[in-house]
Amino acid sequence: MLKIENLHARVGDKFILKGIDLEINAGEVHAIMGPNGSGKSTLASVVAGKEEYEIRQGQILFENEDISELSADERAHKGLFLSFQYPVEIPGVTVTNFVKTALNETRKAKGQTDMPANKMLKLIREKSEMLEIDRKFLSRSLNEGFSGGEKKRNEIFQMAILEPKLAILDETDSGLDIDALRIVANGVNKLRSKDNATLVITHYQRLLDYIVPDFVHVLYDGKIVKSGGKELAFELEEKGYDWIKKEVNQKA
Amino acid sequence: MELKEKLLSSYIAFENQNSVVNSFVNELRGEAIKNFEATGFPSKKNENWKYTSLKKVLNEDFSLFPESEHTIEYRDVQPYFIHDIDTYKIVFIDGKYASHLSQTTHEGIDVCLMSSALTQTKYRAVIENYFSKIAPKDNLAALNTAFCNEGAYIHIKKNKVSKRPIQIIHFSTAKESALLLQPRNLIVVDENAHVQVIERHQSLTENPTLTNSVTEIFANKRANIDYYKIQNDKSGASLIDNTFIDQQQESNVAVHTFSFGGKLTRNNLNFHQNGERVESILKGVSIIGQKQHIDHNTLVHHIAPNCESHQDYKGIFSDSAVGVFNGKVVVEKEAQKTNAFQANNNLLVNDKATINTKPQLEIFADDVKCSHGCTIGQLDENAMFYLQTRGIPQKEAKALLMYAFANNVLESVKIPQLKKRINKIIAEKLGVNIGFDL
Repeated sequence: MLKIENLHARVGDKFILKGIDLEINAGEVHAIMGPNGSGKSTLASVVAGKEEYEIRQGQILFENEDISELSADERAHKGLFLSFQYPVEIPGVTVTNFVKTALNETRKAKGQTDMPANKMLKLIREKSEMLEIDRKFLSRSLNEGFSGGEKKRNEIFQMAILEPKLAILDETDSGLDIDALRIVANGVNKLRSKDNATLVITHYQRLLDYIVPDFVHVLYDGKIVKSGGKELAFELEEKGYDWIKKEVNQKA
Repeated sequence: MELKEKLLSSYIAFENQNSVVNSFVNELRGEAIKNFEATGFPSKKNENWKYTSLKKVLNEDFSLFPESEHTIEYRDVQPYFIHDIDTYKIVFIDGKYASHLSQTTHEGIDVCLMSSALTQTKYRAVIENYFSKIAPKDNLAALNTAFCNEGAYIHIKKNKVSKRPIQIIHFSTAKESALLLQPRNLIVVDENAHVQVIERHQSLTENPTLTNSVTEIFANKRANIDYYKIQNDKSGASLIDNTFIDQQQESNVAVHTFSFGGKLTRNNLNFHQNGERVESILKGVSIIGQKQHIDHNTLVHHIAPNCESHQDYKGIFSDSAVGVFNGKVVVEKEAQKTNAFQANNNLLVNDKATINTKPQLEIFADDVKCSHGCTIGQLDENAMFYLQTRGIPQKEAKALLMYAFANNVLESVKIPQLKKRINKIIAEKLGVNIGFDL
């Protein structure tokens, strides 16, 4: 589904991604772990289409199509979704209006008409119940004054509405207490199917207890330096990242 | 002939036609025309007019006293009314009262005409007490006073609450030639009384119209006034709105100004806090483009202690539009414990648009809280990216963010139908057409 080949990207003069290779197939859950500053969030942003990053080498193939020239909204229309580490606050636009707009714009891009109001309401009700989101919450301004947990739940709520093929969850566990983490992870798990895929980006192994990955990759200094099964996550949790750093530096 | 000369020479004819019973008013007019002769129209040399030139709008060959009365049917102008609620209406066409479009009252409150108030003896006491008491004596206000004869007269008596909002609408047709209109409104709200007013100036053609409007508002003890100005006029219409407000003890006055159109719009909005524990609220949303010009010139004069003022103006400027915000807050020595807040935030949508913003604080008291901030910016890139990752294309994302930027000023609008209407206008102006629950 997603195939990243030799991806080099920079912001300004600074290279942050220095040759990433990654392949994710439908039905799989991948986790990218790594110390702070290794380029995890940059990778998420580059795949999602943030313009401030410049791709200097390599390509990003999504369903066999190079998407590196597409805008973020065009990538979204193809089925990519990024759950933000820090969701943006937008006072003046309610959660409901926002997801309606997002869904209808996505439908429009696919040549479909707006979803009828009653169907939309039903969908919103269904998905908000799944994430244990209160009704009142839906008429609040998007992310404004939301707690960390509410913001992340709201991200997964949007994902549930948009039903992407590939969801990238960037540090979705940060700022969550254990209850919120469980709700969010349950939501993600319910949305999983053999036709979609999930890329979990996290610093800690904690989230992976709930969203169990098929593959774990370690990102360090802009490169994937180690890949393995879910047991790699436990190893990292136990030993920290220093041994990885050492290993990499020894090779160099 | 220059407009000033034309006005001066036509004054005698006006005076003969409009002599009133009330010698008090006659004297005021006579004095005002002399003051106008001495001070004339303000020029850019005047610090308060540095960024707004009237030259171009004064250049037209204005007809000063339109003769013909144009008939307009309600169905043709219905969209300009807030028509889905019960309201009192005072409606004028080319400066003349349009009774068939109006609904006035004298039941406990007076919602009627300035021409009646100026000529009938039963209003004499109120007129002598309030009329022209806070309007300045020079320039445009003087010109308006000299030629005043029509407008809205609203008097809400002690402990009365006007259950319906009052709409004041001035239509102009300018069919034959350019038109100069000078409405004069007086609003007196007695102790513990409440009123909501919606004011609109609306041209029905693209021909040039210049309106020099003066409104005096008196909020007596514990009075509560909600005033809304809708400025969404045609491309030939210019408006100079002069609104002066006197507030007594514990009164609460909010003025919302929604500016979405017109050639040149200048709002002179002055609050004088003459009693303790007064609250003044000034809010504005301006969304203009093309070569439109909007100038908000506000003054909040804190004279008494323990008062508050909140100013929040937002502007979105595209094309070659020009915006001006000049917000002056004066805190007198006696006005201790004043809490004055001012914010002016602007978005420039492209490189050609201009905003001049100038906060002015003059504080003579030592125990006060005053804050002000102005920003001029572009849209937040992170927010743009966020919206785009949700499938919202760049153009729509921009519009949505601008809409969000402007629309939170509406939270304090207390008439739901009006709020809805303004929301809709904002969405239309910004090209947001995405099935919102407005």
